[in-house]
Amino acid sequence: MAIMDKHQKLERHSLLLTVGILVVVAIGGLVEIAPLFYLENTIEKVQGMRPYTPLELKGRNIYIREGCYTCHSQMVRPLRDEVERYGHYSLAAESMYDHPFQWGSKRTGPDLARVGGKYSDEWHLDHLKDPKSVVPDSIMPPYAFLAKKKLKYDDIEDHLKTLRLAGVPYTDDMIANAKADLVAQASPNADFDAEDALVARYTEASGREGTVKISDFDHNPKAVTEMDALIAYLQMTGTLVDFSTYEANDLSNRR
Amino acid sequence: MTDHKRDIDEVSGVETTGHSWDGIKELNNPLPRWWLYIFYATIVWAIGYMIVMPAIPALPGTGMNNTLGIAGHSDRAEVARKVEALHTERAAAASRLVSASLSEIENDMSLQQFALAMGESAFGDNCATCHGAGGRGAKGYPMLADDIWLWDGTLEGIETTLRHGIRHNEDPDTRRNSMPAFGRDGLLTPREIDDLVQYVLNLSGREANKAAVGRAAPIFATQCVSCHGADGKGNRQLGAPDLTDHEWLFGGEPRDIQQTIYSARNAHMPAWQGRLDDPTIKALAVYVHSLGGGEK
Repeated sequence: MAIMDKHQKLERHSLLLTVGILVVVAIGGLVEIAPLFYLENTIEKVQGMRPYTPLELKGRNIYIREGCYTCHSQMVRPLRDEVERYGHYSLAAESMYDHPFQWGSKRTGPDLARVGGKYSDEWHLDHLKDPKSVVPDSIMPPYAFLAKKKLKYDDIEDHLKTLRLAGVPYTDDMIANAKADLVAQASPNADFDAEDALVARYTEASGREGTVKISDFDHNPKAVTEMDALIAYLQMTGTLVDFSTYEANDLSNRR
Repeated sequence: MTDHKRDIDEVSGVETTGHSWDGIKELNNPLPRWWLYIFYATIVWAIGYMIVMPAIPALPGTGMNNTLGIAGHSDRAEVARKVEALHTERAAAASRLVSASLSEIENDMSLQQFALAMGESAFGDNCATCHGAGGRGAKGYPMLADDIWLWDGTLEGIETTLRHGIRHNEDPDTRRNSMPAFGRDGLLTPREIDDLVQYVLNLSGREANKAAVGRAAPIFATQCVSCHGADGKGNRQLGAPDLTDHEWLFGGEPRDIQQTIYSARNAHMPAWQGRLDDPTIKALAVYVHSLGGGEK
């Protein structure tokens, strides 16, 4: 058996065998994973998605830093009961600017994919400071320190640039004005020109009005804190895509 | 070893693979039949599955779609169908509920039960986070189980509040009225605010500094009466709370009252129209109305 003789060479040279295994496994991986990067209909075509504003992005980084994803998923699955409770099931398009995505796999707390706008800023503030004050049965730990920590944003331009390398369409304009945009979103009625510029920039990217929320999220006008950033991020989650124009029945959107 | 002559193991009588390691040989037993057939069956199953179910993604640049499979299955179509079925199941009762008046609901046991059951479950996820289980409220979040209402305690009023929220800027029909931050914005001096605190304590019949109450009377008359009324009993049209009762949304201690006058509170409730459908909003209104303080 000639094939056996050739196979013997592999079996008797551990390095050769390792390389052989690697090649075989890589073929499987390439066939399953590589096409996803080139397929045109992996990500649904939607209206309204835009890159995160600098403040939301900083909030997202805090969300990741504090490990929120260990207890909260951001993925409304296409199941009746989930859609009834949380709203429209999550689309791939909604996490296309997430690096990394926050789908999560475990729900100790509720799903947060559509928490944006569901509760008031005050509620998020009270809840993050002391979850039991508003939800007595909660086992979530308090994050009161976020309200005391000033947000560090010296490096915000670099964050935007890095994400642009990964494919997030931040414009030169967005990168150049990142610091001003960040401060403007957390400081209502402070600098109207900066607010208008922020809204104009991200509304243009979104193609949809009303996706940028400007608020003193932590009720502390004196400083931009980590609490501002985190609440800004939470209040945006799941609100960008315009579902009135989303064609669920289009064949390319079928899953 | 490499000549591949049939090499039969003496003990078992089974052919060996011909491999030998330090004199130890490997028996070339065939795979168990049951295992082999299952293996072949899985291959056949995979081919069948690819035909029946959506399996092969479209090639880029061809403008084609993913294969749909002859069964036409789609998770997303499935969930849309199930949600639709649920709404159809509820449709008759839901459409009756949406147009029903309070007395109609109260006189129709099955409709009332439907509304309360639907309202209770929606309340648990959407409302109890702020207003507490059963609407017991918390500091800054009004109790819904008592008969004190800031804006409107009728069924229609509660429904309006649910639809448009309170101070929800994105909704043009929201309930909107703001108390000025008298201290922070420099409308009153700290001393005037301290006097006003005594005046407000006096309104609800508590011990207060008589001199301060006297000094604050003209301030109250110019700054506060337009919303809270000359007698301090409030005005629901404007969401101005009654200052003479003993219910305090943000605390009734002198320090709390001082804070309220200094920086104002102006709590915010999101609008639910768009997020919840009409029957759910009506059911919530009926549920909240039933918690204890609903007005005719």
